[in-house]
Amino acid sequence: MRVLVSEGRVTIKRPSLEIPVDTLELARWQFAITTIYHFLLVPISIGLSGFVALMHTQWVRSGEDRYLRMTRFWGKVLLINFALGVATGIVQEFQFGMAWSEYSRFVGDIFGAPLAIEGLAAFFLESTFLGLWMFGWDRLPRRIHLATIWAVFVGTMLSAYFILAANAWMQRPVGAAVNPKAGRAELTSIGEVLTNKTALFAFGHTVTAAVATGGALIIGVSAWHLWRNRDREHDFFAVSLRWGLRGTLVAALATIVVGHFFAQWMTTVQPMKMAAAEALYETQDRAPLSLFAFGGLEKSPARLDANIEVPRLLSFMATDSFDGRVQGLNDLQAEYERRYGPGDYVPILAITYWSFRIMIGLGLYLAALSAAGLWLLRRGRAVGKWFTWAAVAGIFAPLVANSAGWMFTEVGRQPWVVQGLLKTTDGVSPLSSGTLWVSLITFTLLYAALAVVELWLLLGVLRGGPEPAPEPIGTSSSGDPLLPSLAY
Amino acid sequence: MDLQDLWFALIGLLFCGYLVLEGFDFGVGMLLYVVGRSPDERRRAIKTIGPVWDGNEVWLLVAGGAMFAAFPEWYATLFSGYYFALLAILVALIVRVIALEYRNKHDGARWQRRWDIGITVTSAVPALLWGVAFANIVGGSPLDGDGVYAGTFWDLLRPYTLLGGLVALLLFALHGAHLLALRSEGVVRERANRTAARLWAPTVVAVAGFAVWTLADAQVVRAVAVAGAAVAAAALIAVLPMQRAGREGWAFALTAAAIAGAVVLLFATLFPNVMVSSGAPGTDLTIAAAASTHRTLVAMTVVAGFMTPIVLLYQGWTYWVFRARVSAGGPDEVGTPLDVLGRRPAGGPQGS
Repeated sequence: MRVLVSEGRVTIKRPSLEIPVDTLELARWQFAITTIYHFLLVPISIGLSGFVALMHTQWVRSGEDRYLRMTRFWGKVLLINFALGVATGIVQEFQFGMAWSEYSRFVGDIFGAPLAIEGLAAFFLESTFLGLWMFGWDRLPRRIHLATIWAVFVGTMLSAYFILAANAWMQRPVGAAVNPKAGRAELTSIGEVLTNKTALFAFGHTVTAAVATGGALIIGVSAWHLWRNRDREHDFFAVSLRWGLRGTLVAALATIVVGHFFAQWMTTVQPMKMAAAEALYETQDRAPLSLFAFGGLEKSPARLDANIEVPRLLSFMATDSFDGRVQGLNDLQAEYERRYGPGDYVPILAITYWSFRIMIGLGLYLAALSAAGLWLLRRGRAVGKWFTWAAVAGIFAPLVANSAGWMFTEVGRQPWVVQGLLKTTDGVSPLSSGTLWVSLITFTLLYAALAVVELWLLLGVLRGGPEPAPEPIGTSSSGDPLLPSLAY
Repeated sequence: MDLQDLWFALIGLLFCGYLVLEGFDFGVGMLLYVVGRSPDERRRAIKTIGPVWDGNEVWLLVAGGAMFAAFPEWYATLFSGYYFALLAILVALIVRVIALEYRNKHDGARWQRRWDIGITVTSAVPALLWGVAFANIVGGSPLDGDGVYAGTFWDLLRPYTLLGGLVALLLFALHGAHLLALRSEGVVRERANRTAARLWAPTVVAVAGFAVWTLADAQVVRAVAVAGAAVAAAALIAVLPMQRAGREGWAFALTAAAIAGAVVLLFATLFPNVMVSSGAPGTDLTIAAAASTHRTLVAMTVVAGFMTPIVLLYQGWTYWVFRARVSAGGPDEVGTPLDVLGRRPAGGPQGS
């Protein structure tokens, strides 16, 4: 293995292996498809497990049937969704080694630890206690049974934290130093890796967005039932809707606030990404905020045909001062060339610029939707057609926003796979493009088929509505009624 | 024993946990149509692993993550090298999760039959391929000097490695039959016991052949490897009297010990390499060359030392909670969610 080092950056060269360009592109598509698909499901599971845990708690406290039915109805939706999240998550654990072996060799000393800890601390907790929750209805004491769903929720939180710490290290590689002789980055402080400020921001931003994603599903489905079947299960869905609206409003607002400070933080640690988010070509002291820019969004020569701007707002957003200086793409490109050598250090602007706006726009939509819903409920009005369709669209808004956010954060880091240390082109496995074609097509077809199955099943459950409160099938030694398990 | 060796042993332990636990899940899946002639009998068979299979599978994810953290070169070489084998395992495991979880979420004969077939196939395929993969790691596959796999998928299939696959299939089937016998009642239990009795002889022959072949081909025959083989052999032989005496719990424990013994045999033979090369001498990937830094291994050791007892405690508790046999009737029987719909609420749970 030959290692080239320039300015602290490492390029791994294997003289015997020429990696075809196709392989790199296909490996990128494969990672994007499998990861985005996985992350459509994960936020729903995180959010719903929180809502279901709260519903279950409310049932144990009040003993009211409606909360039991809510727990079991939304719990079944959670289980269907969780299964596909678990299934597609298996790929995540192994695909770094499969298609990104050179990346794995370079980062393993640091990146592997949070992944292993995620498995040990989070996956065991989630899977074991989800099994206990599903099957424990007829044998666990009531309060212990309640604790199992909270353990699942804690598991999802831990999982989110450790995987985001791993990703944050790719964005801001702290607690590590490159060892040119070994050709890899090596750990200097696990504490710094696990308390990376980028990870803390990402956790706050992602987890609140996940709660909003689960809430949006509850809002959309409940509104649809209330509008469509006015008299059937009115109480059930009215209560569900209120829960969904409250949770989503709080979570969406928190996502927006954390996101703002996250963006300010990234302006200091990943200025190129944020300049690309705004398509800001030149460094400016009173930078305007671009709302919509039309044109090629090309890097060089800079070209924007039309650009609707708010004067000086970007400076304020990024630096808390209307006169603050915001670095532009051209200056950063020149600086990076000086530091890392010749190359193109500007990410694909059309993707960063638009994914950033789509994410923010849909986040605002969700906050507005839940605020409007609460306002409508407060005035005691029935759910109308317009709100219903806005709420059904609202189911998809956070899913698209979550994906756009990840596209932004990952594409915005390019050409780096580990910011400033390793380029994506140097991380791919030395595989033939034919190999990648086979796996890419396999995963895509499989995932498409599973999407059809999951949607069919989910729509059946959602459209069918809640079941009657189950009849107790016995009494525990402590006198609690035992209920049938949730599956099998 | 330094930290690198300790982590090599821990990876072995994680795979041991994975194969012992998911081994019986695979076995139950493979034998679904053998022990269950009707959809309801197959449902009862699946229910024996229902609450625990997902937690069992996490052992694999943790083993993969720990490999990445402790031996990045091993992780990178193995999974990029055995690409198609791993792809097939992943596809099977994905479909299996969905099959197990979705089978009973809709009530339809065709729906359930399709997933039952899916469970059978996706239990057999990874069992076979894990056997093939481990036989390749230990028996040698083409690696170049950089620790990069230099063969194709077909290079992974040789008589020795195929025997490894067969051993995994048979051992897991026997293990699964023992679990079914232990955890079910009535006709499912009877068939499981009969199947286990029939599987015993071929399993003993295959495991013995594989163990001898492994030791005969080993670069160095280590005492630990021989001990692993001896444990596996003794455990398997002791299975027979336990089966005859109807001691289902003992039979199950013995197949668990046999799988553990086989894993010890493989890892001890592999030591001090993590992957044996069939190419030029000196191209083996060694523990030292594959390992992370001392600092990373220390951090991982602290985390593992703290977390593992907790995990074992609550996983053990789960098995205790679900220790009762899955019965044909009884109060905890709910065929599908639709059965719940059919029941009339009689007052529901009372407030506490």
